[in-house]
Formats: sequence, C-alpha cells, structure tokens
Amino acid sequence: MNSQRIHAVDITARSIKANSRLSLKDQQLRNNMRSAMDSLISKRIISMPDEGERENLRELGNKVRASALSQLPDLLELLEANLIKQGIQVHWASTTEEANAIVLEIAKARNATQVIKGKSMVSEEMAMNEHLTEHGIEALESDMGEYIIQLDNEKPTHIIMPAIHKNAEQVGRLFEHRLALPYTDDVDSLIQSARGILREKFFHADIGISGVNFAVAETGTLLLVENEGNGRMSTTVPPVHIAVTGIEKVVANLQDTVPLLSLLTRSALGQGITTYVNMISAPRQPGELDGPEEVHLVLLDNGRSQAFADSELRQTLNCIRCGACMNHCPVYTRIGGQAYGTVYPGPIGKIISPHLLGLENTPDHPSASSLCGACGEVCPVKIPIPALLRRLREENVKSPSQQPQIMDGQGSRYSAKERLLWKGWQYFNSVPLLYKTGTFMATRFGGLTPKNLGPWTQHHSAPKPAARSLHELAKAHLEKKS
Amino acid sequence: MSDQFYNAAPQETRMAPPRKHARAYPASKPNNVYLFGTCVVDLFFPEAGMDTIHLLEREGINVHFPQGQSCCGQPAYTSGYTDQAREVARSQLKLFANNWPVVVTSGSCAGMFREHYADLFKDEPEMLTQINNLAARTYELAEFLLHVCKVQLADQGEQTQVALHTSCSARREMNTHVHARALLSQLTQVERVEHDHESECCGFGGTFSIRMPDISGAMVADKTQSLLASGAQQVVSADCGCLMNINGAFEKQNIPLLGQHLASFLWQRTQAKQEPRA
Repeated sequence: MNSQRIHAVDITARSIKANSRLSLKDQQLRNNMRSAMDSLISKRIISMPDEGERENLRELGNKVRASALSQLPDLLELLEANLIKQGIQVHWASTTEEANAIVLEIAKARNATQVIKGKSMVSEEMAMNEHLTEHGIEALESDMGEYIIQLDNEKPTHIIMPAIHKNAEQVGRLFEHRLALPYTDDVDSLIQSARGILREKFFHADIGISGVNFAVAETGTLLLVENEGNGRMSTTVPPVHIAVTGIEKVVANLQDTVPLLSLLTRSALGQGITTYVNMISAPRQPGELDGPEEVHLVLLDNGRSQAFADSELRQTLNCIRCGACMNHCPVYTRIGGQAYGTVYPGPIGKIISPHLLGLENTPDHPSASSLCGACGEVCPVKIPIPALLRRLREENVKSPSQQPQIMDGQGSRYSAKERLLWKGWQYFNSVPLLYKTGTFMATRFGGLTPKNLGPWTQHHSAPKPAARSLHELAKAHLEKKS
Repeated sequence: MSDQFYNAAPQETRMAPPRKHARAYPASKPNNVYLFGTCVVDLFFPEAGMDTIHLLEREGINVHFPQGQSCCGQPAYTSGYTDQAREVARSQLKLFANNWPVVVTSGSCAGMFREHYADLFKDEPEMLTQINNLAARTYELAEFLLHVCKVQLADQGEQTQVALHTSCSARREMNTHVHARALLSQLTQVERVEHDHESECCGFGGTFSIRMPDISGAMVADKTQSLLASGAQQVVSADCGCLMNINGAFEKQNIPLLGQHLASFLWQRTQAKQEPRA
C-alpha cells in the first residue's frame, strides 16, 4: 500500500529538513498533492474572479480580524458572559494539558465511553484522541478525511482536507484492509460505506466534540461551517456537546462574520458557502425535542497570547484557517503536510507553530521557505506571512539572552560562527575597498572555484565568476565615453 | 456595516501592500540615471549590467555607476540578520545623492529598496525621507524601459520562442512579469511561450537554497523540466538570482538551455548586426 511509505515520515520529529528528504521521494504523494492543490487554486480564483472585489473583501477581512484582536480581552469577556447567560458552560485553558483535563472531567461526570468528533484542529493541537483513548474513552472522527487518516493511524496533512494526500485508490485499499469492505475506488461508494458506519456511531456517542470557526461575542454564538453534515450531527445528536477553540476566534458581532464566511469558504474550497452553517447559542431548551442537554466551550490559549503581545506577530492570529496559503505554497505542495511534523502545516503552520511549541521545537519552520510570497498574496485576512517568517528568522538567530525576550526558544538557531560570517559579509559589502579587492580576486581566480560547494552543488553545477566584474567593465566603458 | 468600526487602528504591517497598480511615471525621459548592478550581476552576469548600460545609452541617457555599490542587503535581511543588512543598506543609501532615477537590473533588489528599506530603518525615523525618496525613484529595468523610456524595440533577430521566468518578489512587489512581457511583445520575431506553473517559484530564495537544498532542488528540477517542456529555444529572466539557480540546474541536469538576462536578450535582438559576443 502506497500510504505505508508516508508513514516513514516521523510525525513526532519536527525537522522539516529531515522529514522532507523522505516525503520528496514519494512520487505518489507528490502527484496527489500537486493535482489536488492545482485544483484548489483554480477553484478559488473561479469563485473570486474579480480582482478589485477580491482585494476589497480581503481588506475588509483584515480589518474585521484586526479590529477583533485589538479588543480581544473585552470581546472574550463579553462572549463568556453571553454564553453563560444562554446556558453554555465556558472553560478557560492556558495549555493543552489543561484543555484535555477539562474535557476528561466533563466526560467522567457523564460516565462517557464514546466520543464522536466533528473536525477540529484545536483538538488535534491537544492530541485529544490520544488523551481520551488513554483514559478508556473511544474517540472517533466523523469528518470523512479525518476518519480516513484515523483509520490509517496518520495525522492530518492539511487543516481542512486532512486526507488530501491520498487518492481514491489508496482510500479504497485502506477501507478494504481496515473495514473488510470489497475494494472500490469509486468515491461515492466509499463515502456511502463510511457514512453508514458513522451514522450508527452518532446515535451511541455520549459526547460530541466540535471546533468553532467564529465565536460571536455580541450574541454568544458559536459558528461552525462544514459540508458533510457530520458537524451538525456531532453538535446536536449526543447529549453533550463540547466545542474547543483558540482564544483568537472571537469576533465582535454577527455582521462581522459575513465577510469572513465569504472569504473562508471561497479561499478554502472555492465555495460561495458551505452546505451547512451551524450557529449554536444554547443547549436544548425546555419543550424542545432535540439538541444536547449540555453545551461546553473550551477556550484554549496555548501560546496564542505570546503572539498577541507583539504587534507584528499578532497578525498571525488573524488566521481563519482556510488553508489557502498551503494550497498555493510550492514547498507544501512538494513535501506534504506531514513533513512539517506539527499539527498546522504549510505557511500558516510555519508562523503559528513556533508560538504553540516554542522556536526550539520548530527550528526549521521559519527557514523552510523561499519567501516567494504566494501565501501572503492569497491570505484572505492579509497576514503578511513572508514578513512574519522573516521576523521569526530574526528571533531564531538572535542571541538567546538578548532582551526583551519576545518568544519562547529565542535564539534556538543562534550560532556565534554564523553571526561572525554575516558580520564579515557586512564589512565586505559596506567597505568598498574590501568589496573591490574581493571581487577582483574572485574574477581572477574564479577558475579555482571547487566543484563541490556543499548543498549548492547537490542540484547545481558550481557557479563560475566572470572574468571581469561589472564594476570594472562599467568603469572602463564610462571612462572611455567621457 | 459601520465604517467607523472598521476604521479601527490598523495593525502594524512590515510588508507594505503591493504598489503594483499605483505608480505615477515621469512624463519624460531623464538625462541621467544611476545603475545599481546588484552583487550577483557584478560577479556572475556582468554582461547583463553592460547590456543595461547599452540599452539606456541608446535612449540618450547618461548612465552613472557608483563604484561604492555592492549589495542591497537582501541576503542578510531575509536570513534574519537585520542589523548586518541595515549597515550594508546604509552604505548603499549614500551612493545616490543626486535626484536621478535608480535603475536596478534585478526586481528583487529593486523591491528591497522600494519595499523593505523602510522596515530596516523603522527605528530611525530621521532616515525616512531619504528612504522614501530612494523608493520613489527606484525602477526595475523592464519597468523603466517600458514606462519611463517608452522604448520602441526594433527586432533584428531570427524567429525564436522564448520562455520568461519572473522572480517571485519582482512579480509580487513590482509587477515585473507584466513589464517584461510587454517588452518581449515588441519583438516581432519573438514568440513568448508559457511554461507549466509559470508563476511558481524556481526554488532559489537566497539562503533557502543552501539551508533546504532538497526542497529547493525539487523546486528547481520542476522549473527546469517545465521550461524544457515548453519547447522554448531561449529562457529569459530579469533576475540573476533565479538565473544562477536555473542555469546551475540546467547544467547539472545536462539540459541544453541557458537562461539569459532580459537586458542581454533585448540588446542582442535589437542590434543591427548580429555580432557574436566577445
């Protein structure tokens, strides 16, 4: 089975450099990713064809998010007050450990043995499935992509399309192997088989888990978009619903969700709107026939307030998790999401993961980018991802003791030797005599350039300096003229 | 939606929004320009710099080449060595004292002047006037030829097909692909062919190609294959960082193509006699 090779990438190791060495060799993965990303790129642009309108909408999206973040503490308090008023229990968690403990406590109080999950990246951040399983509670993913990778014991490769690295044949083989179903690569049949299995599970689950796309402060509304109906099932069928989300997901009012929804679904999948838009504001009320008896919201920080504290890095929290940055990223397209070794892959993963895990645990994340800018160009809320990557590189090579300390793991790539090299580069390029002497030597002795220049000559022949520099040629030419 | 609400203080952004659609060009050609050759051109593609001089002189412009120039500072800046980049930038800022346009033979270096020097010196507000002044008169070569010189190129060459690669920062910060395409379209015997994933990065990214050689190598391999598959006889780019990457990979893979700087291509095509290059 092809997917076996993908397992070779060690998800627990966060070295993109080491992981990508393996994933780049997986031609099936490369082909699957390329065709999937190409299709998403074209769907996005078809759904937002007018450049002027698109840019205005992105500008509006940026302002809505920036404005929400500028009043984040107030909005969170308002959200909490309104949710409590409506009967939703609100829990705060600084760390994933705290968040898991909260979920477990709720589960234990209900003697829960089965949990069914709608898609939630924050629950991935918490490694909630593993945590519940350790405590004897079955956690089953009900989003089709999540279900597929859970069956294959993998981690999501994409934040909204977790199994996008697999093609229909691979999924057919997986279902044949793990579910003892007759092999087919017909997508509709595969989905129908899984839906049949999942439907039963919904009726027996003690708790439904979901994420949140936007938490609306003014009305106390948890807004959740999805296409498969599993989100609505997870949040309405089981007697308890627990929503988990990051503290940055709050927006001021319902009006604000209009441009964000428009941007989210178009940027993600090229959809004008998702099949389901769930707006959850209370548990089941007296006299109502359905809905959960209890609704909980767990608000997780997990490093977000570190990003929040710096006005530039704060823009990381604009993210509405559409995945457009990964769809357009030439690095992500080639190495796949699992090679990042972090829950959030791709460009957004490279700027958010260092806050969640510390720079020392994500040393490659800021570097694994050519800064081509494709991500920043498509980001619906205009996060300047390349500029933030550059900023993280700066934090990464700073002296670990330099004050003020902005990030956990500051200076994790600090090297006195490398700093000295750049210092030398600085003098070479700012003292004309040094520069001229250096280029003179290079042009005269360029023939002596070694054939092996380390990493460069793995994929290139060694560059040969010209016989005369432009400085010399231009000088001779311009003097002759005058 | 209330406008007042959305006028909340904007977040600090280091990367200014693209200015690609918002530039006013001078009404007439200047008599004098500075040429900023860039460090890669200086050492590896000096002919591109000389051909730039020839093209500008043919337009009746006096070209000045400050001998103190070296590098725009980009390699250190994008590697996170901001202090070192700033000092190099400071040394370069001094070179362009007269209020003449600065023509740059690489879009990404022009973008450094125009978009990123303001960030480098954000803690030195007294530098702002000088930086804005430099940004306003910095042009990537293709843009300058097209919009300031309003050049009319007379093609003297044989019929050929070319593929154009545009550096990502040049494309996104300076709209360079549009300018280069417009210049190529003036050449009657030149057909520009698209290549697969034309707007995708070639994988160079400065120190990225050294730090992440496997990923960068996979990207440049896809780029060279798509350039080869385009059927183009010639490959042209206005950025020598990309050219060094693509040409090095062509040679390593024994692909019989060699990317040429746009300036050299334009100069050679528009010479009355096809003189073989010395």
